[in-house]
Amino acid sequence: MTEIEIVDRINFVLAEEFEIDPDRMTPTALFKDDLGLDSLDAVDMVVVLEQEFKFKITKTEAYQAIRTLGDLHAFVLARRAEASGG
Amino acid sequence: MRRVVVTGIGVVSPLGIGVATLMEGLMSNRSGISRLEALEGVRGLRPRLGGVVKGCDGAHIPRKYRRSMTAMSIFATVAASEALAQADVDHDRLSHSRTGLCLGSTLGSAYALQDFFGHYLPATSIEGIRSTEFFKIMNHTCAANLTQYFGITGRVMAPSAACSTGCQAVGLAAECIASGKQDLMLCGGAEELHPLTVGTFDIIQAASTAFNNDPESTPRPFDDARDGIVCAEGAGMLVLESLDSAKARGSQILGEIVGFASTADPSNLASPCPQSIAACMHSALDDAGLSPGDIDYVNAHATGTVLGDAAEAEAIGELFGARPSVSSLKGHLGHTMAASGAIELVACLEMMRLGVIVPTRNLATSTYACSLRMPLTLERGLFNVFLKNSFGLGGINTAIVLRRYDDRD
Repeated sequence: MTEIEIVDRINFVLAEEFEIDPDRMTPTALFKDDLGLDSLDAVDMVVVLEQEFKFKITKTEAYQAIRTLGDLHAFVLARRAEASGG
Repeated sequence: MRRVVVTGIGVVSPLGIGVATLMEGLMSNRSGISRLEALEGVRGLRPRLGGVVKGCDGAHIPRKYRRSMTAMSIFATVAASEALAQADVDHDRLSHSRTGLCLGSTLGSAYALQDFFGHYLPATSIEGIRSTEFFKIMNHTCAANLTQYFGITGRVMAPSAACSTGCQAVGLAAECIASGKQDLMLCGGAEELHPLTVGTFDIIQAASTAFNNDPESTPRPFDDARDGIVCAEGAGMLVLESLDSAKARGSQILGEIVGFASTADPSNLASPCPQSIAACMHSALDDAGLSPGDIDYVNAHATGTVLGDAAEAEAIGELFGARPSVSSLKGHLGHTMAASGAIELVACLEMMRLGVIVPTRNLATSTYACSLRMPLTLERGLFNVFLKNSFGLGGINTAIVLRRYDDRD
């Protein structure tokens, strides 16, 4: 998967799971204030991403720092790069 | 003690969504029972029938609230919305500390339990389990979900007494208002059909199995050919308030709750005896300050079991004789279990308003026809006072007495 495909896939699975209008899935969107997601949704987001991308997400500093959808894109891309040794 | 009146009612049942649909179905003698594909593949299970709700997926409920709901919370939300609209309860009153909620179900969601243990058991793992799973499993899931959805801040209770739940919830809510603890209560019962409950009644030899190819001919409350319960689902919700509150708001009063009893029968876990049923009804009459001769109509629990219906018929006959009309609505609806008391109460209030008594569907020939007055066709004529029975597994009996509101009293 290319980076663009990965970002599209993240947006797609989150929009499906949390019933978010895809037009609102912009990189600057804040999870809480713009997308209306809360702490329970954050737990489910981890489950969805782990199932989709087949890696484990631990509560690292990088994960805790995620505030926007763009932060999450970067986090997932970095984790995939680590996993593939890139 | 303060007087308690009903100012709003709402229903989701196997006959459809809404009180008007329920009454249209009952008065035109429709059956809500059908053959269920979901039961076909269950090994060892004999019943193949149920009363399921159609077209109530809760898609209009925002995801924030819907994510922790299963079918029964959705049914209760839809029924409660109807009741609150009729009672004209606005958000400020709903979120007031003097407004509470009393709503129960037989279990937390069996489907959510199935999902959890489907994940957990194969590898003793909780990985992949969603954050809202437990909110569907907990015993007060319906009450918790409606609390969040409607913004309730007052007293919230979630009684669970199997098939007595709905009636008990209404009675306990009425007592909260009568004692002055709350001014307005949203109350009722909810149920979702799962093979667990169907299978349980089969295991204890109380499920209907002889009519799998003729679904609308069962259950047959009080009929000599009855062979057991048909499980069903739905929700019934009522808005209760103090008479003072209803008068101050100019609410339409649908009926007054005048007596309630919740008693236990330690003689048997699964089947109440006539003496305990009679004692419960007697206690409800005492609470109402009424005598048996004051009751115009008895809405029976009668689920269509051989033993349960016989015990109830004997108790009603002993206490009331053949004066009041007696019918059960489970021939139309099946047994909506925790919801049944509330759904059937709603129907009784509508029958009182409309001046009709719906006969027991599938009742043709009955041993009790000479000792009880059981109409076989729709009976027309105003009645003023009725008693409703609900009995639950575990030996929990309930009876509630309502009457037409009269402002001269």
